[in-house]
Amino acid sequence: MSDAALVGLPRQIILDEVVPARAPWDHRVHAGETLRILDLEGNQAVDFLLYAADDDAERYSAQDTIAAQRNIFLRTGSVLLSNEGRPMAQISATTVAHHDTIGGACSCESNTLRYGHHTKSQHACVENFLISNALYARGKRDIVSNINFFMNVPVEADGTLGIVDGISAPGLYVDLQMLMEVVAVISNCPQINNPCNGFNPTPVRVVIATEPFEGR
Amino acid sequence: MFMGASRTADPVGARNHARGMVDTRIEAMPTVPATKADDLPQGVEPDSMLWEETIGGGGYAAKELARGARLRLIDLKGDACVSMLVFNAAHPAERLNVADTLKVQWNAYLKAGQLLLSDMGRVLMSLVDDDAGTHDSFCGPSNERSPGAGPNWSPRPNARERLLLGAAKFGLGRKDLHPCINWFKGVRVGEDGTLSVQTGPFAAERRLVLRAEMNVIVVLANCPHVLDRREAYVATPVRISAWRGPVTPLDDPIRNAAPESLRAFLNVEEYFRR
Repeated sequence: MSDAALVGLPRQIILDEVVPARAPWDHRVHAGETLRILDLEGNQAVDFLLYAADDDAERYSAQDTIAAQRNIFLRTGSVLLSNEGRPMAQISATTVAHHDTIGGACSCESNTLRYGHHTKSQHACVENFLISNALYARGKRDIVSNINFFMNVPVEADGTLGIVDGISAPGLYVDLQMLMEVVAVISNCPQINNPCNGFNPTPVRVVIATEPFEGR
Repeated sequence: MFMGASRTADPVGARNHARGMVDTRIEAMPTVPATKADDLPQGVEPDSMLWEETIGGGGYAAKELARGARLRLIDLKGDACVSMLVFNAAHPAERLNVADTLKVQWNAYLKAGQLLLSDMGRVLMSLVDDDAGTHDSFCGPSNERSPGAGPNWSPRPNARERLLLGAAKFGLGRKDLHPCINWFKGVRVGEDGTLSVQTGPFAAERRLVLRAEMNVIVVLANCPHVLDRREAYVATPVRISAWRGPVTPLDDPIRNAAPESLRAFLNVEEYFRR
C-alpha cells in the first residue's frame, strides 16, 4: 500500500474508484467503515447526501447538523446528524480547513435564477441526485439541503454570502467514518457558472476502507 | 359515586353537556368565520379575510392559501418562534428550498423585500413587510432529541413533530418535511462560521407579512427555538391572519428589485400561463 492518497485510512480497502467529472455516484457504506473523498485536481465541489439504509425517510439534515455544532462550517470532528437528530457519520479527518453545508445543490431551475435562462439545459447536481436516488426508488421529495465538500461559502458581517474561490487543492481529502448503515450519494458537481469547480469540473476519487477482520 | 349524579350518563345528557360548551373563548383558537376577525388588518374588508387564528406555545396550524393572499404573523408577547414549511399546493413535491433562498439572493438574513424560493426556481412567497428582522434560516426545527423539547404528546412538543402533523393533514409525510425557516428568533454567523442566537424575548407585537406568489400550503409550528437554552418551555402566542389580495403586478418593486428576483417571478408567471 504505497499509494500516498491512502495514508491514514484503515488497512483494508473495500472500494477504490474514480468518479468522472460531472457524474453521480452512490454506495451503501456500513457502520464503522470510512469513506474518503479525494479532490484530485483541486477545488472540485462534491455534493453529498446520506440516507439511513433501513429507513430512507431518515437522511442527512444540514439544519440539525448546524444547530448542534452551532457553526455553519464542517470541519474535522463535525458530526453529521439526521433529520431525527441521530449521528450518521463523523468527519474523522480532513486536510481542507472547512466544507460547506448551506449552499445546497445546483439545479437547472436555480441556474435560471442565478445566471439566466440560457443555463437551463446545462447538467446540474440535482439531476445527478435524482438519477442516483431513483436506483433506490427515491425521488424529488428525498432531495434536501446537502453537503458541498471542497466548496467555500463565506458569510460576511452584513449577511452577504456566496460561492467564492475554493480553499482546496490537488490531493486534499475528507474522511467520513460512518456511525450507522447508510447509502451515500454523490454528485460530482458539473457547475460551470461559478467558481465552485474553478469553472472546470474534474474527477474525484472515492475510497472505502475498514479495519481488517482479525478473527481467530 | 352514584350514577344519578352524572350529567353525562346517557346520550341526551352527554349531548347537552357537549353543546353547553358553545361560545367558549380561549386565547389559542381560530376565529370562524374569519370575516368576524378580532384583529382586522388596517385597510382590509372583513369579507376579504381568509384566516384568523392564535397559535399558542407548542401549537401548530396548516393552511392552503391562494396566489395573492397575504399572511400576517404577529408575535403577540415577544417570545414566539414560528417554524414554517411551504409547499406548492398543486404539486407538493415542489417546496421551499432554504439553500436556494439564501444562495440565489446572496444573503443569509431574511428581511423585507426578499423571496422564499422553491426548488423549481420559482418564488413561493415574498416577505413584503417585516419589523422584526431577527429570523433564522440555518437551525431548523427542534426534534424529540433536542434539549428542552419532548415528544408530541408531552407538554413540551417539539417543532418537527408539530410540522409533521400539519403536513399530514394534507396527506404529506416525513419525506415532505424540508429545511424550514424560523420566524422571530434570529441567528447571526461569525467570520469563523460560529452561530450566535437571538432568542429574545423581544418587544411585543413584532410582525411580518408574506404574500403568496403561488397557490401554497403553509405549515406553522410555534415551539421554542432549537437553540433556546432556557429551562422553561417558552413560546408565547402568535396571531395568524390571512386575507385575499391581488396577484403581484408586473411593476411590483419586490418583483423588480434584483435580476434573480425578476427571473423567479418570470418563472412563476410562466407556470400560471394558460
